[in-house]
Parts: sequence; C-alpha cells; structure tokens
Amino acid sequence: MIDNYILAPVFIHLFTAIAQLMAWRKTVTQRVMSVIGSSLGVLLAIRLFTKVYHSGILTMNSSNWDAPFGIVFVADLLSSTLVLITSLAALAVSLFSATGLSRQRMLYGYFPIFHFLVMGLNGAFLTGDIFNLYVWFEVIIISSFVLMTLGGRKAQLEGAVKYMAMNILASTFFLTGIGILYGITGTLNMADLALKIKLVENQSLVGITACFFLIGFGIKSAVFPLYYWLPSSYHTPPSAVAATFGGLLTKVGIYAIIRVFSLIFIPDEFTKNLLMALAILTIVTGSLGALIKVNIRRLFSYLIVCHIGFMVGGIAMFTKVALMGTIFYLFHDILVKTNMFLIAGLIRQMRGTMNMKSLGGLYAQYPKISLLIAIVLFSLVGIPPLSGFWPKVYLFQASFTNGQYIFAAALILGSFVTLYTIANMWSEVFWKDVPAGVEVDNKFEPMPLFRKILLVLPIGLLGCVTLYVGLNAEAIIVLVDKISDQLISTQPYIEAVLGKQN
Amino acid sequence: MELLLIILIGLLYGAGVYLILRRSMVKLLLGIMLLGSGANILIFLLGGITKGKPPVIDEKAKLFQDIFADPIPQALILTAIVISFALTAFAIVLLKRVYALVNSDDLDDLNTNEEEDI
Repeated sequence: MIDNYILAPVFIHLFTAIAQLMAWRKTVTQRVMSVIGSSLGVLLAIRLFTKVYHSGILTMNSSNWDAPFGIVFVADLLSSTLVLITSLAALAVSLFSATGLSRQRMLYGYFPIFHFLVMGLNGAFLTGDIFNLYVWFEVIIISSFVLMTLGGRKAQLEGAVKYMAMNILASTFFLTGIGILYGITGTLNMADLALKIKLVENQSLVGITACFFLIGFGIKSAVFPLYYWLPSSYHTPPSAVAATFGGLLTKVGIYAIIRVFSLIFIPDEFTKNLLMALAILTIVTGSLGALIKVNIRRLFSYLIVCHIGFMVGGIAMFTKVALMGTIFYLFHDILVKTNMFLIAGLIRQMRGTMNMKSLGGLYAQYPKISLLIAIVLFSLVGIPPLSGFWPKVYLFQASFTNGQYIFAAALILGSFVTLYTIANMWSEVFWKDVPAGVEVDNKFEPMPLFRKILLVLPIGLLGCVTLYVGLNAEAIIVLVDKISDQLISTQPYIEAVLGKQN
Repeated sequence: MELLLIILIGLLYGAGVYLILRRSMVKLLLGIMLLGSGANILIFLLGGITKGKPPVIDEKAKLFQDIFADPIPQALILTAIVISFALTAFAIVLLKRVYALVNSDDLDDLNTNEEEDI
C-alpha cells in the first residue's frame, strides 16, 4: 500500500536539526527543541508502527517513479519497530544530553548533528533501495564522525582516527558490493534484486558479492575479526554520544545483515557456516575482552561485541525460531545498551571517574537510583522475566534443534561472562565503599532538582520500556513471530513493492 | 577500453590496500582515496560501457531499437564522489588535528593510555 506517511519519522529529525541550526549558539533553545523534536519523533513512530501493524507493509515511491526504477521506501514490521525503538532511544539521549553534556560541546552544534544522525538511522531502516541504504549509511557515519570528535580531546581524536578509517573502509566495501551487484543484475531495488538474483547464471559471482556485503556490514556491526575499532573508540566520546553509538550504530549493521541476507542473498550452507563461525568467535573474543576491563565503558564496549555475536548466530541458523530470537534480542539490545552508556554517564557525574577501582559507595548514597540501575543490569544479564531472558530462550531452542552445540556453548559462555562482569561491576561500583585516598568529585549532588531529574528520567524511561518488553513478552513474541514470518517468506515484501507478480 | 579499466581498477585497489596497511596516517588517507576511486570506476565499468549512444530517446519512438548507455551508474558515481569528497575533507582535517596533538605521523603512536574520561 502506498503511503507517504512513511517518511514522517525521518523528516521530523531533519526539520528539528534545521531549526536548531537556525538557533546556532543558543543552547537552551536547542535543548528544548531537541526534546520536543524527539518526543514528536516517538509519537510519529508509534503512528507508523500501528499503521504497519494493522494494514501491512507500506511503501512510498519517491517522485512517483514506479518501483524498480525510482528509489522506494518500505516500512515492514521490522523497519517500523526498529524506527520506534530508535526514536525511544533518541528521546532518552536527548533528555540526557540536555544536562549531561558540557556547554562547550553544545555550542559547536552537538544537537543538530545528533538529529541528523537519528534521521540517518530512521532512513536506513526505511529504505528499500540498496544504493539509498549506502547513502543513509554515509549520513550516519559523517554525523557520527563529528559527534565522535566534538570536543577535540587527545584520546577522542585518537579513537576517531581508528573509527573513521574502519568505517570509510566498510563503506568502500559496501560500495564495491553494490557496483558488482548492479553489474550482474542491473537493478538496485531490494525487492527487484530478490527476484533478479536467482536468474544470474554465474552464481559464484553472487557469493563473492555477498562476501563484500558481509565484510562491509561486518565492520559496521563489529563482528569477530573486524571489531577492533569499537573498543578502542567507544570509551572516548561523552557518554550521551557513546550511548547513541553503542545502542544504535552497531545495530544498524545487524539490521542491514538481516535485511540483505534474508531478502537478496538467502544464506546457503557455506554462508551459514561462515556466519556461525564468526558469531561464535565474536562471542568468545568479546567476553574474554570484557573479563579484564576495569573502566566501565570499556567493559560495556566489549559486552556490545559479545552480544553482537548472539544476533549474528541467530541469523546464521536462519530458521524461524532463530530469527525470532535474533530480532527480539536486537530490540532488547538497543534499549539496554543505550541505557548502559547513559548509566555510565550518570556514574561519571556522581563520582567523576569511570574506573571501577576508584568508584564505590553509590548504593549507600543513592539507594533508589541504584535499584533503578539494578533493573537495567538484571535485564542485560537476562534474569527472567526481564527482556534479556526471552530472546535467549529462542536462541537456545534454535541452536539445539539445529544441532549447533558449539553456538549453544558460546551462548552459555557469553551469558555467564556478562553475569560475572556485571556482578563484579555491581559490587565494585555500588556496594564497595569509596576506596581510601580517592577524592570524590560529585557533580550530581549540588545540581538543582530539575537537572537531577533530567539525568535520571531517561534511564527510568528506557528502564520502563525494558520492563514492558520483559513483562509483556507475550505481545512482543507475537510481533517478533510476525516479523520473522515476513523475513522468511519474502513474497509479501516483494509484492508490496513491485505489485502482484505473475 | 574494458581491459584498460580492469587493469586500472586492479591497480587502484591494490595500491589502496597497500597504502592502508602502512603505518603512516597520510598513507592511510591516500589509500582510502585510491580505494574510493577504484570503487567508482568499478561501478562505471560494471554498469556496461556503451560508446556514442546517449540515453536520449526520440519522443516518437515506441520501442527500444538500440542499446543505449545506462545513465544510472553515472548517477551512482556522482553521488559516491560527492560523499567521498566530504569524507576525505573531514579525514584530512581530523588527521591534521591529530598530527598537531600527537606530533607524529605514525598510527602506532595513537595509543595514549589515558584513563581520564568524559
């Protein structure tokens, strides 16, 4: 069904960003605009989601060019749900950055760039054209480069060099893949590609193209041999920025892998084994890295890598149950990882450091906030009935029915290491007293109540969504079930874009 | 013509990969630029090269009676060039700033073990 409403969640962030550019250097105005824009974004995303949920896949042909020729935007259930969750995460980050960021950074245009980034994310989720996906990816990475370097401290710039080099490389791989794909099929529309790719005579060339896409998306989503840029850059920018990156950027890579490999390159035995090997190694290396970190954000960075492996493993099995697990985990991961980095920012405000060795005594000083954080941590670890638990049930079920026992072992290892590191962090940061000889630099205590609320509210907001996802898992499972149906049988998607096929 | 372009693409990709693997930041930048150009020419080549047949079709023609050049690869390359221009501009400024701060062109020197965080 054609509906121009699809682009509303993209445009709201574009307009917010432009309006903020007009209010250059007026940080208070920009903060208010940012919160209003993100709230409107959530409302529009909810409307898009309900539309798609009730009336099926929506499409929009830009400039009214018919489907395989023009750029098409498609909102299926996966895209619209991801747009909704991204908007929620963006609202939380907006609220948090209103107080959790130094004024200096806001003066140099933090908020407009942040909204351009969210616009890019929403666009990437909604596009139905592979080259347009590349363009949205570039919008995302250019915005993220600026956010990464804003402030210009030495560590930040050093992290940014690695981040920039790897991401540009990933884009080049992706572009090369698109070039070959266009050469062998003559189309860029994803639905059309799904049909044309089967007609290509030289199927080994298709395999090579798939590898280009896998490397490009693999760098972006930080899978095993390509993840090194992530832990060496994500601990450098301010926490509000790290929350956006940690929660959303790697997940766009996962979304792209899911989309491209479910629609265009249906995984064959070789691809499945390759993805599975990558997933297992990602989990193992990510968890080994997490074990030895004493800086909270470095620890979280490795946990991101570790949990990316869970999702890639689900894609590798490519059965309905496995995809249900992957997609559920994707939703849970966006919410929780964004929240984790916001929590890291809050801890930094309260104690002036993120090194676990010099942290302590948070539970004694702030018991209520600590309990709120505990809910998020429990959910990350996957204590039933919170949101991290349900997707793992599906992933375990899928790995046992498919005989992927090594993956099941890796899942257990990954979950166990997550539990261990988070329990360790809890006792170090919250239960332990402040170590002797450490000067506590508490910026949180003297703040006015309003600013305190603004810092804790986004964590509470995302925590409530996580609780909802966990406690109301039945509804989410119905949704995830529908999404994985759409991913496995792509006929409805293709028909929605190209019209009825003969 | 095709053969020439294939050799050129191979050279650009090869040189790009070689330069990216060097430790110097300037060579990293040059490598990224060469890879980008290689990718652009690859799209141009794989889009099919048709000489002297611009994709302008007579208004009265009802049927395609000839092979026309495909305009899409050129649109793609144009987009990709603009994007890589912006990225390269950013990369140059970033590397210049890093050089001013670290006072070294060596990528291995970018490991300040600074536990100070924001």
